[in-house]
Amino acid sequence: MTAALRVEKLLKKYGELLAVDGLDLEVREGECFGLLGPNGAGKTTTVEILEGLNEPTGGSVEVLGMQWASDERALRQRLGVSLQETHLPDRLTVEENLRMFRSFYQRGRPVEEVLDLVGLREKRTSWTERLSGGQKQRLAVACALVSDPDLLFLDEPTTGLDPQSRRQLWDVVLEFKARGKTVLLTTHYMDEAERLCDRVAIVDKGKVIALGTPQELIASLGGQQVVELATERPLAVEDLGGLPSVRGARKSADGIALTVEQLHLALPAILAHAEPSGLTRLSTHHATLEDVFVHLTGRHLRE
Amino acid sequence: MNAPRPTTKSARISSPLWELTLARLRIFFREPGAVFWTFGFPLLLSIALGVAFRNRPAQPSIVAVVSLELERALAADAQLRPRLLDGPGAEEALRTGKADLVVLPGPPISYLYDPARPESRLARALADAALHPRGPPATVDKPVIEPGSRYIDFLIPGLLGMQLMSAGMWGVGYVMVDMRTRKLLKRLVATPMSRAQFLWSFVVMRALFLLLELPVLLGFAYLVFQVGVAGSILLLLAVSLLGALAFAGLGLLVASRAQNTQTVSGLINLVMLPMFVTSGVFFSTARFPDGVQPLLRVLPLTALNDALRAVMIDGGGLRAVAPQCALLAGTAAITFVAALRVFRWR
Repeated sequence: MTAALRVEKLLKKYGELLAVDGLDLEVREGECFGLLGPNGAGKTTTVEILEGLNEPTGGSVEVLGMQWASDERALRQRLGVSLQETHLPDRLTVEENLRMFRSFYQRGRPVEEVLDLVGLREKRTSWTERLSGGQKQRLAVACALVSDPDLLFLDEPTTGLDPQSRRQLWDVVLEFKARGKTVLLTTHYMDEAERLCDRVAIVDKGKVIALGTPQELIASLGGQQVVELATERPLAVEDLGGLPSVRGARKSADGIALTVEQLHLALPAILAHAEPSGLTRLSTHHATLEDVFVHLTGRHLRE
Repeated sequence: MNAPRPTTKSARISSPLWELTLARLRIFFREPGAVFWTFGFPLLLSIALGVAFRNRPAQPSIVAVVSLELERALAADAQLRPRLLDGPGAEEALRTGKADLVVLPGPPISYLYDPARPESRLARALADAALHPRGPPATVDKPVIEPGSRYIDFLIPGLLGMQLMSAGMWGVGYVMVDMRTRKLLKRLVATPMSRAQFLWSFVVMRALFLLLELPVLLGFAYLVFQVGVAGSILLLLAVSLLGALAFAGLGLLVASRAQNTQTVSGLINLVMLPMFVTSGVFFSTARFPDGVQPLLRVLPLTALNDALRAVMIDGGGLRAVAPQCALLAGTAAITFVAALRVFRWR
């Protein structure tokens, strides 16, 4: 399998601030790869370096087997980019924007087809300023798709959108992926990463701290279930960790979180252990990438 | 909603330069404010100033008199309009500006007037001449009323220069920074779009605009004020184009690093305001002291206004405007090169 993106020991400093700290990454052709991490983790800086919009301080970057320094012109023809925020001209219509972006590329998809793909055919003659947030974002992605790129970068494509708009955008990404193309997306929504991404790199403080399919990462917790509880009097975390079928235990902001393999074995023991200390709250959920992140860093993604 | 276009048309891919220029034009004409400031404002300004400083036929001086005899003597001069009043009424008329002068019977005849008011001094001289005739005057008056010497003839080229300056500075400088703050510049450089074509789209837009701006202002000036163009229209177009390019370059330069529209607005005003005042838009640069003249000569708006006036008023040819054209071309070249050296695309 060839790599669409290969990044080794990527480094980016802004003065004293280390935004990217020796990041390694390999994205395979045809996969949807997610960079998952909190704000300020260095996701956008990394993506902008990969897009050739920012210069790395150190490390090597290879995009579609090419280098930015020598192959910029060829690379730009084959990449599709949707930045974290772009305000397209207020008073150009949807279609005029798309035609302008299409004119920059030697090859691409017909504007009509892209309008249908992103569901903006009805809005083709509307000015950008009259679109909803979700429609604007779909137009931004459409401007990236109109060149029929081999590699698509999406930087937080659904941040701030309502659930319906998010699902519409996910469908656009899935259609693109179904054509055998490669996607690199950043997000701080774990459901988005789980839904769209074949593989995910969890990024924190400019480094990849975990890598794998969403299922693998969740499985690395040792259990598929998470139990959260709080008591009136403090409990020793270590004691809970030793209970049957409990694979991990740690303090959380407002109590204790346990990773559990089999709920029916663990729960009776947990209840018996916690009740003497005055149990005030107990809840369970399926483990998510958020739990993986919290497990690795002790912090939540959206703190 | 438009009917769906035929697929042959949608399959056609136009050139990036054309699409970029088209986008610039669309954005401009969909912004009524921008259209007004570019096209309407100079017209309103020329109307207001043209009316305020129009050439009026000489008005007779109004002289208050208190005797029938004086009224008759003064009425003999067509430039005087005597008004018979009683003593207090005559003084009040002077005080309130309804009369320029009060003549009281003598002997000796006395004049009441404010020497600080030029029209009063004029009325006194006229009245004195009417009351003490000294035979025919030894001089001959030759009134100057040819087109080209009126204030409006001076003003229209100045307004054209001013319009070229502000349209260039705002249309390039402000728009660029606005695109930068919207991250639109960054988005565009993420495509294979040629940066040269992007800049050319601004130049082409300014040139196309000129073909609208010039006929609108010149046509208006001709119809309303009979201001004509003494020299070649083509030369005037060429001078205007050089001016537009010079100010597009200056606009690009002030926009090259500014990160928000407030900064660039301040910079644009900083560049434009001194030229508004000193480059001979509303009054001649000759009013400034000799010491600063060399400085004023090298300002691009001074050069543009001088060249426009040379062509419009004096009918000057290429030779007459060559130094100014060279200065404008040089300004355009230097500012474009310098701006591109430091331009922040992201």
